[in-house]
Amino acid sequence: MSPIHDQSYRRYEGTRQPPGRGWAVITWNGILTLLSRRIFLAVMLIAWVPFIVRAVQIYVVTIYPTASQLAPVDAKMFQNFLEQQGLFVYFVTVYVGAGLIATDLRANALQIYLAKPLLRIEYIGGKLAVLMVYLLEVTLLPGLLLIMLQVMFSGSFEFLRNNAFVIPAVTLASLVRVVVAGCTMLALSSLSKSSRYVAVMYTGAIFFSAAVFGVLQVITGSTRMAWVSITANIDQVTDAIFRQPVRYETPVVVCVLVLLGLVALSISVLERRVRGVEVVK
Amino acid sequence: MTPAVALDHVTVTYGKNAALRDVTAVFPKGAVGLLGPNGAGKSTMLKSLLGFVAPDKGRLEVLGLNVAERPLDVRAKLGYMPESDGHIPGMNAVTFVAYCGRLAGLPKADAIQRAHEVLYYVGLGEARYRNVETYSTGMKQRIKLAQALVHDPDLLFLDEPTNGMDPKGRDEMLELIRDLAHNKGIDLILSSHLLPDVEYTCDHVVVLDKGAVATSGPIEALKGPGGRIYEVRVKGELAPFLAALKGAGLESHETDEDVMRVFVPGAIGADGDDQRRICEIALASRVQVRHLKPSVPTLEDVFARAVGES
Repeated sequence: MSPIHDQSYRRYEGTRQPPGRGWAVITWNGILTLLSRRIFLAVMLIAWVPFIVRAVQIYVVTIYPTASQLAPVDAKMFQNFLEQQGLFVYFVTVYVGAGLIATDLRANALQIYLAKPLLRIEYIGGKLAVLMVYLLEVTLLPGLLLIMLQVMFSGSFEFLRNNAFVIPAVTLASLVRVVVAGCTMLALSSLSKSSRYVAVMYTGAIFFSAAVFGVLQVITGSTRMAWVSITANIDQVTDAIFRQPVRYETPVVVCVLVLLGLVALSISVLERRVRGVEVVK
Repeated sequence: MTPAVALDHVTVTYGKNAALRDVTAVFPKGAVGLLGPNGAGKSTMLKSLLGFVAPDKGRLEVLGLNVAERPLDVRAKLGYMPESDGHIPGMNAVTFVAYCGRLAGLPKADAIQRAHEVLYYVGLGEARYRNVETYSTGMKQRIKLAQALVHDPDLLFLDEPTNGMDPKGRDEMLELIRDLAHNKGIDLILSSHLLPDVEYTCDHVVVLDKGAVATSGPIEALKGPGGRIYEVRVKGELAPFLAALKGAGLESHETDEDVMRVFVPGAIGADGDDQRRICEIALASRVQVRHLKPSVPTLEDVFARAVGES
């Protein structure tokens, strides 16, 4: 006679992974959760349309070199591509990032997470990685693939030899966009229990700062105040990374410092807000 | 033997308010009740032990590990069932509990298997594929226990585990807690303001009041000899009667019903001495004794004496 299966509580005698890998569990879960949403998949597919257009451009220029007069394939093209992707960076940031911490706050999940062998930095890192993975999928990944296509279509490394800085430039410019957007959104997400409100805050931060810059530009007649706009700072730094003439009068160093300050402020907010217990002093 | 938890002169303050004041306490292994009125510092103590709140001074040890130095090792051995509702949004029960298991370091396959097992154990087997957000209050309490158990902790922190449960669910939850502590070899600390819950499930008790330990020890010893308890109901002005009882060295406290419980300290005298003494005090206080009956000491008496004395 076979024994009756005991459905009572049993002690666990299997293996346990050492602490320090919780962030990967959070990231993987976040990535899979988003992949199950059709709307998100549609956004990600649309985000790759510019890549296809640029791939066709590279192909046409390779086959018909005279076409390069109309649409040249150079470092500036890769910069333009990344700037075009800024729109999708915004959409992905809002869709993915707004609820990353806000929904956990709404559901009191932080106390569940942090009661496990998980550091706060692991929780934050795991959540940030979810957003960064998808942001890199619409910036760095297509950017590097375009470079690869250029080499494949032309059948030589001449372009890369003449523009050796393009690969690090695409990488660095993508990381600037991804890190700034990721940290800012995650910090905002930790400030509210409503992901909609977080999305509004992020949109406000992006567009309001750009609007303020626009007004100041009209008033002062110069672009020295570009540092007040998040997107203007990123564009200015991107110009410098791609060795192009900068578009605003604000020194690049100032733009870099503003972006670093924004990231530092975001980390400070996260440090205060991501806790296992809400302490009201 | 290493105690489950030890606190050594621990002080925790929120701004200017001290939640724990120089607390020194030892929680032995087994089932220990952490009792105290609202605001006594019970939840703060648990959150300090989890590392959520850093103490201003003092040392906290869990299973022999210093919480300040090895928080991850401590939390790997702990299961925490929080007082307030908590879940990971958008997950069904199996996914949620397995996810908690993975966060605690279990391999994926083991986490899923354990999730099914503990969900059956806590009585959510049939509802394990439902989204947690659709659960009733009682089911949410059960799933909080399941997520605390999935990685098979050595020590469980249960913060008001029967809150919001109907009588049947409450009885079932208490049975689970009792089973874990007495049959499954899991040490636990049960924080509650419900004395019957603690009395049913625990062997030891630590009573907190105003951020300090009012009393602690085995429940039976605390309830044991040293006095007798009487249920008393009187008609008339209560205040002078209570003052007279206190003046005569008899402690009294009111209960949820209309009877009060009077504690007579000292050795047992001649048969009927205590009752006669209470009646004489009542007569002197001009109140009528309507009900006077010997009773057995309960944890409520221990609690009332401890909190009253502090």
